[in-house]
Amino acid sequence: MSKLMKLNLKVWRQKNAESAGNFEEYKIDASPDMSFLEMFDVLNEQLIETGKEPVAFDHDCREGICGMCSMVIDGRPHGPKQGVTTCQLHMRSFNDGDTITVEPWRANGFPVIKDLTVNRSAFDRIIAAGGFVSTNAGNAVDANSILVPKEIADEAFEAATCIGCGACVSACKNASAMLFVGAKVTQLAMLPQGQPERQSRVVAMVNQMDAEGFGACTNTGACAAECPKQIPLSVIATLNREYISAKMNGK
Amino acid sequence: MTLESKIPAGNVADKWTQYKSSVPLVNPANKRQLEIIVVGTGLAGASAAATLAEMGYKVKAFCFQDSPRRAHSIAAQGGINAAKNYQNDGDSIHRLFYDTIKGGDYRAREANVHRLAECSTSIIDQCVAQGVPFAREYGGTLSNRSFGGTQVQRTFYAAGQTGQQLLLGAYSGLERQVGLGNVKMYARHEMVEVVKIDGKARGIIARNLVTGELERHFGHAVLLCTGGYGNVFYLSTNAMGSNVTAAWKAHKAGAYFGNPCFTQIHPTCIPVSGHYQSKLTLMSESLRNDGRIWVPKKQNDDRHPNDIPEDERDYYLERRYPAFGNLVPRDIASRAAKERCDAGYGVGQSKMAVYLDFKYNMMQRYGRTEASKLNITNPDDETLIRLGKEVVKEKYGNLFDMYKQITNEDPYETPMRIYPAVHYTMGGLWVDYDLMTTVPGMYALGEANFSDHGANRLGASALMQGLADGYFVIPITIGNYLSKEIHTKPISTDHEAFVAAEKAANDRIQQLMNINGTRTVESYHRELGLIMWNKCGMARNEKGLKEAIAEIQALRADFYKNVRIPGSINEFNPELDKAGRVADFLELGELMCVDALQRNESCGGHFREEYQTEEGEALRDDANFMYVSAWENKGDSWELHKEELKYENIKIQQRSYK
Ligand SMILES: Cc1cc2nc3c(=O)[nH]c(=O)nc-3n(C[C@H](O)[C@H](O)[C@H](O)COP(=O)(O)OP(=O)(O)OC[C@H]3O[C@@H](n4cnc5c(N)ncnc54)[C@H](O)[C@@H]3O)c2cc1C
Ligand code: SF4
Ligand code: FES
Repeated sequence: MSKLMKLNLKVWRQKNAESAGNFEEYKIDASPDMSFLEMFDVLNEQLIETGKEPVAFDHDCREGICGMCSMVIDGRPHGPKQGVTTCQLHMRSFNDGDTITVEPWRANGFPVIKDLTVNRSAFDRIIAAGGFVSTNAGNAVDANSILVPKEIADEAFEAATCIGCGACVSACKNASAMLFVGAKVTQLAMLPQGQPERQSRVVAMVNQMDAEGFGACTNTGACAAECPKQIPLSVIATLNREYISAKMNGK
Repeated sequence: MTLESKIPAGNVADKWTQYKSSVPLVNPANKRQLEIIVVGTGLAGASAAATLAEMGYKVKAFCFQDSPRRAHSIAAQGGINAAKNYQNDGDSIHRLFYDTIKGGDYRAREANVHRLAECSTSIIDQCVAQGVPFAREYGGTLSNRSFGGTQVQRTFYAAGQTGQQLLLGAYSGLERQVGLGNVKMYARHEMVEVVKIDGKARGIIARNLVTGELERHFGHAVLLCTGGYGNVFYLSTNAMGSNVTAAWKAHKAGAYFGNPCFTQIHPTCIPVSGHYQSKLTLMSESLRNDGRIWVPKKQNDDRHPNDIPEDERDYYLERRYPAFGNLVPRDIASRAAKERCDAGYGVGQSKMAVYLDFKYNMMQRYGRTEASKLNITNPDDETLIRLGKEVVKEKYGNLFDMYKQITNEDPYETPMRIYPAVHYTMGGLWVDYDLMTTVPGMYALGEANFSDHGANRLGASALMQGLADGYFVIPITIGNYLSKEIHTKPISTDHEAFVAAEKAANDRIQQLMNINGTRTVESYHRELGLIMWNKCGMARNEKGLKEAIAEIQALRADFYKNVRIPGSINEFNPELDKAGRVADFLELGELMCVDALQRNESCGGHFREEYQTEEGEALRDDANFMYVSAWENKGDSWELHKEELKYENIKIQQRSYK
């Protein structure tokens, strides 16, 4: 059994969207083998047992794939480790005696619901605006009738691994959603199936992104640096290129 | 009520085609007047909601996560089966049908499974058309791998993120319909009650999880696509929120529960590391394509695995099952691991683990091929490892990273330590051929129903089933019911049935909040999980099951006296959401034990210690137990109904993978 670490937590508490929030401090003993969220489980059990309100936070798969977990840890979305979501972060990445500050995503597009939980439905609306191929079930041709070179398929896949967590927005000083939108636009622009709607798609998605109040991109690259799936900055270049070309075509 | 499975007459290979060409349809104008509620937006729910909306129905979809894209299907790793025979290795619809029936240990319905195999090929076409980036070969064709229980390569995949890519495909189809106004999406909503009018399902009560308010929703039909109930064991590979609540409310409203005790324990998961553990992480079955499973030949061998020489290793699956080797079905691989660990050969600190080792294939299979591509003759071990590692990384990179992140050990260097964990539930709401439950107008799709996997599901078949149900089955079969409902006008949610259902849900929530005890919800869930794992898990026996039933009853009584739920009702309160789910698990757990106790045989994942062969294999009793157990809720107890299974196309055998 590994030795327990003594930690101080500074956690953002906010009753609901309307109320002002503040930091509360907690002391906790954590095992280095615990995940960050398991530490919060332990904290919450302690809070409940002592008659206090547990900290509300989003999580589900705890495998780094559903995109639900969303904590800003010591100022960094998903914490200090590159390519790792909050749920996959382990306490061995911290040291005995550390003080750890935990906050929700902060962005106009993501209003706080409670404590560390925010509303990310803006992302769904961006996809609904155009992040799809318009094909009805039953229409498809045989899957091998359109060949896709492996390199193209791999690159489309890489862009498609975005988990929609919103860390990119949270990391950006302008709260821009360009990395998220660029990932979807790139995936579908690469594949033959995405061609018919290539231009209308990018315009519709960018318009919706703007309508949701996400900021402009000033190329600082914080988004890609904090993205747990390491979506490359090049998807933003692709997004810009696709958008300009669609606009030039009068879309 | 007698069970009517409504299986169409005729030859098994023609049933579905004939059914499709003769089932009543609903014309486009009438579809626009019909409303369908879809609870759940995983592969089954998202595909159903999108497709029904494409057809013109008015759809309302619900999920408890903050977005439909986060349903638990997102976590599926390894792949999806389809009888495409792209590898020219002898695959066919019949072979997929046969493998699935045999894999399920002859406890699934022939007609359903055949239909599933028929639909499988269209699923791949549909997903590719949506832009799902499956893995491909250099020539541009789709790539395949093998999964357990088969001897062909029919599994399509997208690295170790197949579920994610398939779900994002279905989700994009769903969002497209949301954008078009054909689907209204209710995220962060939990279904807490069924509304029945004149015996038919006519809607649901859903709780808005942000505000805590109860809402009434009408539908001409209700589809439950709410996933599996593996979390009754507390520790499982399921997402934290996966639950039985929707299915359980349906059960209490009259839907029979099919084969509740049929649980799949997956052989390759990262072992438990501490009491704070909140879930277990799967290491995909696809790893068994290239990983070899072994334990030391000596008991309590504490040497580092890399220091144990080849001839002192027991590759027990290859030894016991030479025909299938490391790719035996899950139930068999799991029991074999347990057997070795119980006999004292386990490894790691807890001694409850076995090794999954990639070194051999990394070097001999991939290293050598790469070396020969590069014209390196007589490569040394180091070169083989270096070259092989690149290939392994491309195939399983994300899984290896995840393993390292969790255990702090590098699986490229040291074999993985793995142990079985609860993964999937073959049991679920009983449905007929149309996927309708015993409540008219209420359907169950995907993992939430009991239908296609018998007593053991083969790998890469759940994704197939979820999408078959949603894209290709329900859009047709629902016509059989809705064609008779075209004169039913939408019913006002002021109807007394809605008022009563909302009151029932409200009373339950009030009751939970008023207990004001001292114990956390989590602590009850953990205790229930231990009872289930120890007494209704990988091995079961009469004595243990009887004890478990008594223990669960006592735990449930204690829960209603001593649980403490903080906060209040009308706010975002995840503890209250969890309390409702655990309350339902506390009832379901008992039914699972009751079911396991009545099934005096071993089959698939259901292993009753009293019924085994001399070699320790499951011993079926076809004469007495070749049926689906369908349980009717009677308030404080259950009544068993049996659906006899008939095998007209497949010869029943002792299942052997030797
Ligand atoms: C780690 C892991 C890996 C897997 N890998 C594979 C694989 O490689 N191949 C394979 O074939 N299978 C795999 N499986 C199994 C497969 O992923 C699942 O069986 C399948 O995805 C279930 O899909 P579903 O649509 O039935 O349900 P889910 O995806 O679980 O979706 C359930 C939906 O119901 C909603 N819901 C639940 N309850 C309520 C309620 N009360 N009110 C409102 N909404 C509710 C949820 O919000 C969610 O949207 C894997 C499973 C796990 C755990
Ligand atoms: S681009 Fe990266 S950070 Fe942004 S939503 Fe996708 S996975 Fe999250
Ligand atoms: S909880 Fe799913 S990504 Fe973290």
